[in-house]
Amino acid sequence: MYRYDAIDSAFVHDRAAEFREQVNRRLAGEITEDQFKPIRLLNGLYLQLHAYMLRIAVPYGTLNARKLRKLAWIANTYDKGYGHFTTRTNLQLHWIKLADAPDILEHLAEVELHSMQTSGNTIRNVTADPYAGATADELDDPRVWAEAIRQWSTLHPEFSFLPRKFKIAVTAAAKDRAATKVYDIGLAMRRGRGGELGFEVMVGGGLGRTPYLGATIRQFLPTRHLLSYLEAILRVYNRHGRRDNIWKARIKVLVASLGAEEFARQVEAEWEKADHGHTDLPDLELARIRADFTPAFETLSAASEALETAKASDREFARFLRHNVHPHKVPGYAIVDVSLKTPGQTPGDISSEQMDVVADLAERFSLDEVRVNYQQNLLLPHVKLDDVPTVYAALNAAGLATANMDLISDIIACPGLDYCALANARAIPIAQHIATRFADPDRAELVGELKIKISGCINACGHHHVGHIGILGVDKKGEEFYQLTLGGSGEEDAALGQMLGPALPADKVADAVEQMVEVYLRERQGGERFLDTFRRTGVAPFKEAVYADAH
Amino acid sequence: MPTRIRLTPEGHMVPSEDPFTWVADDEDLVQGDLILSLTRFQAEGDRLLSEGRAVGVRVKSDEEVEALAYDLPRIAVVELEFPKFRDGRPYSSARVLRERLGYKGEVRAVGDVLREQAHFMVRSGFDGFEPADGSSAQQWEAVTRRFRHVYQRAADARVPAFEEREG
Repeated sequence: MYRYDAIDSAFVHDRAAEFREQVNRRLAGEITEDQFKPIRLLNGLYLQLHAYMLRIAVPYGTLNARKLRKLAWIANTYDKGYGHFTTRTNLQLHWIKLADAPDILEHLAEVELHSMQTSGNTIRNVTADPYAGATADELDDPRVWAEAIRQWSTLHPEFSFLPRKFKIAVTAAAKDRAATKVYDIGLAMRRGRGGELGFEVMVGGGLGRTPYLGATIRQFLPTRHLLSYLEAILRVYNRHGRRDNIWKARIKVLVASLGAEEFARQVEAEWEKADHGHTDLPDLELARIRADFTPAFETLSAASEALETAKASDREFARFLRHNVHPHKVPGYAIVDVSLKTPGQTPGDISSEQMDVVADLAERFSLDEVRVNYQQNLLLPHVKLDDVPTVYAALNAAGLATANMDLISDIIACPGLDYCALANARAIPIAQHIATRFADPDRAELVGELKIKISGCINACGHHHVGHIGILGVDKKGEEFYQLTLGGSGEEDAALGQMLGPALPADKVADAVEQMVEVYLRERQGGERFLDTFRRTGVAPFKEAVYADAH
Repeated sequence: MPTRIRLTPEGHMVPSEDPFTWVADDEDLVQGDLILSLTRFQAEGDRLLSEGRAVGVRVKSDEEVEALAYDLPRIAVVELEFPKFRDGRPYSSARVLRERLGYKGEVRAVGDVLREQAHFMVRSGFDGFEPADGSSAQQWEAVTRRFRHVYQRAADARVPAFEEREG
């Protein structure tokens, strides 16, 4: 993974020193909370319902043992001994004291981490395919480009006061594991006619109050021009994005109002005028970054006797293999999911002890790498097949081996009204309730792939628009209600969900999910997933089942 | 007269007094050197310049500095207005003035101008500041010196990390 040089290191230490000075001025009463707010927001420090929340960036979801252990230690020392991984692959600590924040930033800087640009109207922490460097279906390691974007966007002089927040996701694989179509900019690597690499550039995707899928404004951008082209997009947005209404300020609204074609024309015109060499990284710098993303794999046999033996004797291990272990590009290795979705737990929460367990496993068995994905789970990207039984046993002992990846209990949920000042309704208890209903692994497996995503308000941090079943918390005269949508997807077959019907009270949500699952099991043909069946039948049979009582 | 700060070519921030008077569109002209709105400059600039006055232009954040392209050699100062510190459009305007239109005169930040913005402003090409938070030239300079390195080329002379690394 990328290692900081003296420049990167000086940068995060300078940032921590700057924040210490700013916090001291606030604590001394030299500046008001109003004046301090934009400063703390540039370092991911939010004031929530109960305390300050610190959102720590995990750039493109990549961690190693040293970083994860430090996060565990920080959560133990300055918080309540746990953290929460978000759909943007950040780690949130929800119980922080302002006076501790500068020390925390200093500790983060020591392990090459920071909380810059995890909030505010800036270019936010960049995300990438969590299988980067491990999957056979990628054209290149997207983290090379994500790291280039991280550096370029850090304290960008022109783009630190955008109309609204701005999120970029990168993938280099055909299968979209980075939700690139629902990002402000989604970059998907493609191969050009001459064999060279470039990006398909999608702009204006996003969830929130008005969801859109990104529109392709350029089919093929040669990779070497990535940064100058991003600068052109951001300049058009910075100058022309709406600033009069926070709900219309995202780039998706600009792209929709101009039309993708006109927006693309403006970007191209801006880019034509720009001096590309001024902005684009020299080959030498790209090569320097790339050198950090080349782990030393061993030459191994493609099959593992140890794994086969364990599989034959342990039914639960066999289940774990079916759902949480994925093929690797190098023979003899596998990608191993770490579930933060044990039925009954808060999706994405992880204790400091569990972080230490994962850190140890990464160091011993995964070439010192851990990834965070937007489904709020972790994964160990480079595990030898021979070691999978040992890794499974250790994860299982720590409550991290639930074999439910992409199944009905692998639910995405935002923190909701339990923590968040913006929320209208709780998300966590709804997730816990549904997951517990489907805690029987045989039943969950029978249902198969079914992605439930829950947001506690219209801001859609829980991605409900792109859930196979999406659940949105709303406030109806002081009571929590939930609107259900069906048929969404955030992947290469991206689609926005369709409304099921009137909102349901909290205690009816799990029943409704169960009723819809029954409809699916009754209607499904062949190997159809829930999503496929829904797309074939439409909303009618589901609606009928859920609202039958109301007739 | 408001406190003004100038960035010297050596990179220092110094207090400055300048002779310009801002005249709003509904005010009568006064003697001496003036700063006018873009619309008023377009209507009356030629005449005032021919009188031998120095003239500056204040550009609002929703106006495009490209409108001044052909007048820039005659303009002593371009003021870019921040109606709110959150309005980031003047950063783009400053870079366009410096990097695309080659403007060499003073680019001054006016409006909701706070010292915490100093780093971004200097890097985008501003070299004059009218702080709204009572901050001093020394405080402005301190903010511009917080970061020993930068990651991108912009409108200032700072060497980006990728170039430093080439040695």
